[in-house]
Amino acid sequence: MAEILKRNKALSVNPLKASQPIGGSLATLGFNRAMPMLHGSQGCTAFAKVFFVRHFREPIPLQSTAMDQGSSVMGADENVREGIKNIAGKSRPSLITILTTGLAETQGCDVQRNVREFREANPEFADIAVVAVNTPDFTGSVETGYAATLTEIIRALVPDAKEAGTYPGKRKRQVTVLVSYMLTPGDLEALRDIFEQFQLRPVFVPDISDSLDGTLTEDDFSPVTIGGTPLSEMATLGDSLATIVIGPSLIKAAELLESKTGVPTYQIDHLYGLKGNDALITALAEISGNDVPERIERQRSQLQDAMLDTHFMLGQLRIAIAADADLLNAFVDLVQEMGAEVVAAVTSCNTPLLARIPIASIKIGDLEDMELIGRANRAQLVIGNSHAVDTAERLGTPILRAGFPLYDIIGGYQKTWIGYRGTRQTLFDLANLVINFSHEEIPVYRSVYGQKPASEMTELNSSKALSCH
Amino acid sequence: MVALSKYKEPLVIAMKSTKDIAALLDEPACEHNKKEKSGCAKPKPGGAAGGCAFDGAQIALLPIADVAHIVHGPIACAGSSWDNRGTRSSGADLYRIGMTTDLTEQDIVMGRAEKRLFHAIKQAIDTYSPPAVFVYNTCVPALIGDDINAVCKSAEERWNVPVVPIDCAGFYGTKNLGNRIAGDAMVKHVIGTRDPDPLPLNTAQSGIKIHDVNLIGEYNIAGEFWHVLPLLDELGLRILCTLSGDARFREVQTMHKAEVNMMVCSKAMVNVARKLQQQYGTPWFEGSFYGITDTSQALRDFAKAINDADLTERTEALILREEARIRKELEPWKARLKDKRVLLFTGGVKSWSVISALQDLGMVVVATGTNKSTEEDKARIRELMGEDTLMISDGSPKELIRIVRDYQADILIAGGRNMYTALKAKIPFLDINQEREFGYEGYQGMLELVRQLALTIESPVWEAVRTPAPWRTVRAQNVETQDFASLPQIEVANG
Repeated sequence: MAEILKRNKALSVNPLKASQPIGGSLATLGFNRAMPMLHGSQGCTAFAKVFFVRHFREPIPLQSTAMDQGSSVMGADENVREGIKNIAGKSRPSLITILTTGLAETQGCDVQRNVREFREANPEFADIAVVAVNTPDFTGSVETGYAATLTEIIRALVPDAKEAGTYPGKRKRQVTVLVSYMLTPGDLEALRDIFEQFQLRPVFVPDISDSLDGTLTEDDFSPVTIGGTPLSEMATLGDSLATIVIGPSLIKAAELLESKTGVPTYQIDHLYGLKGNDALITALAEISGNDVPERIERQRSQLQDAMLDTHFMLGQLRIAIAADADLLNAFVDLVQEMGAEVVAAVTSCNTPLLARIPIASIKIGDLEDMELIGRANRAQLVIGNSHAVDTAERLGTPILRAGFPLYDIIGGYQKTWIGYRGTRQTLFDLANLVINFSHEEIPVYRSVYGQKPASEMTELNSSKALSCH
Repeated sequence: MVALSKYKEPLVIAMKSTKDIAALLDEPACEHNKKEKSGCAKPKPGGAAGGCAFDGAQIALLPIADVAHIVHGPIACAGSSWDNRGTRSSGADLYRIGMTTDLTEQDIVMGRAEKRLFHAIKQAIDTYSPPAVFVYNTCVPALIGDDINAVCKSAEERWNVPVVPIDCAGFYGTKNLGNRIAGDAMVKHVIGTRDPDPLPLNTAQSGIKIHDVNLIGEYNIAGEFWHVLPLLDELGLRILCTLSGDARFREVQTMHKAEVNMMVCSKAMVNVARKLQQQYGTPWFEGSFYGITDTSQALRDFAKAINDADLTERTEALILREEARIRKELEPWKARLKDKRVLLFTGGVKSWSVISALQDLGMVVVATGTNKSTEEDKARIRELMGEDTLMISDGSPKELIRIVRDYQADILIAGGRNMYTALKAKIPFLDINQEREFGYEGYQGMLELVRQLALTIESPVWEAVRTPAPWRTVRAQNVETQDFASLPQIEVANG
């Protein structure tokens, strides 16, 4: 329904987009004992690492094929093979992903061939999964890089039902959950709770709530991820009762999984707002055959109550949102459910989802675009990442921080947005941001005939109504 | 479209040649070259750490606050790195606006990247009217042969705004090389294009002679240079430019007129000092504003190089006054930090300089990182710490933790990248790199340094995170005092 406004300027100013290799790295980091390796120059990895460290405030395993002048011009096959070998020998991970960058792709790399060559030459590392993915940064975004990497990991690690003898429902309470990058570690923890109330065992693919949740372990140091989806689980995905895929960006990954395993897929766009969560709970009741637990019913009615309480602040509120497609869609649904208006929607790259988001137009662009559209449409609130804080300041609006990266607050990575409870808290947060100045204050008027004390008349020019316009 | 054809210069200079890079690596003023293995070591695939040449160039120049900094490349270069520095500006803030050509597949395949860059420069000039535009080249355009020199030149002529090419594709080499490329670009394109302003009238009244100087490699992290600047003002040292903390384009232009240059921090931009000496005869010295001793030394070195008796006298008086003041203020802190053991693993800031700051406080530096230090730095470290000092060249997290344990260090002082390594190992930590939030320069900066050191070393959280959960302790005691068999109910699954 939305009109897609394509990029129409040469310079991207205050970029919203983060690159495909970042997305691919994030997907990899949700697996246990994993190590992503970016195929590019050292800086590609260094920047990505800093990006994650600032967001998660955790040490982040991330390696580089360290292309230099020679290998950039003459070919970097050896860098890939040697890189895999060094990581395999030194850290003995379970999974290595090779994620290409713009440099490697422009040069014309063939990482799939490099992996085959490595396999032939190094049978001693046959037990280590190695997955190569094309994730150049001159196309797509975090979202597409994440989805592509997850798809390739599924392709490599989930066996076909015929060969492996898996069948849907062999594991009677197990449900596979493919989760979009937009779910935080906090979200996944909440989601696990919800599943367990239906006596279901979710297998999150990937699971950053187990690897990037900020746990202090007994070990001093690990060169690879600690926690995350164990690779052994991948072989059992064919035995699940069902697959739930959260996030439209993962549809392809879900289709591939279903074609390999025959396990039926339930598609859910997101878990923001009443309707989004109703879809999940309905699906879980159906899959499990259980009634919806009372506790969840209770939480639902708590959310309804919160919707009543907050609609005074959020109704007709003019909101500007900058986020990748899955997350943008989630927020649009959430705020529209409350009667707010999305007056500026900016996203980083075109995806099939955008066209069906129910707003007038979506701009493929950057935070400068959000600022300009937001100003033109008198936005009253901004939703965006930490980079958008300055934008909001210039617009004179409060900001709800969401997405990647969140580096100017502590614990942003852990915030729970989803479920009836998470949604309720998000509504409170949104309402609190605007509770004191979302509506236009009536300017003070003093009658020329008034009998107010003389001292009040001198303050006439200094009084200023609270407003965010 | 870009009228590239009007340039008579050969257009095949798209990528820095191996010869150019070798020339930059072969820095005669850098002590690394006096060892057998010259330049910087080749990175190892799958075992590499650290940034690239683009990273280094951007770090070096981004603090020039009123310039439009355009990153020419696909999104990863700017997308994950813009607005990511701890540097502060006293006014202009254009440097905090991220700008990139955000190249797409079509741009690359169809050869439209140069055209996009040309229009991007126009857009930046139209929107922000900057005094200059810097264009940073990155890997992809370097590989496909974009001629950013020609595009910049053409744009400059078209819009009459200086447009400076910084050819710093990541694969050219390390961050250090990037620093040099950045410095080289300043010498080549910016320095010497304007004479300094006349002195403001009101400053003439003080009766002291004003001397013009530069600082090279001073980044004003967290505004720390503002601890030092008032002292330089007092002495009558006019800073034409700090390359590049809180600098403006018009200041960089005048750097050739200084009487003396001070090389601050590492030798990353030593090529600038050397070239200014070659071309303009400006003497330079190396110094640091970290620690009492080094701050005083730097002030003395200015006086010495300028050779003005009055300045020397006033400098000594100022040092006497400031040292006495700060030592008094530090006294209560020294008692708390004395004999605390430090493992220092620095990135950009010189090891020897910080060592002297810590020794000023009576702390013991048990080991120090030297993988970025020059031979000369190492000699100075030995001088300060004795011959037996452990010098760490392997900076892997595992090795750092091991050394902290073996040498019973109370704190690890290192760059931000090691922060979470330290915290996960439950080791007190102080960030000393570019991203930090606190300024440690000058006499006054020492107060912030001691405050931060004490804050982490004395924190009650270390005990809280190191002590096992109470039920674990109880269980452990039970296990010690009782028979296993008598405790069938106790769960040992967590153990």
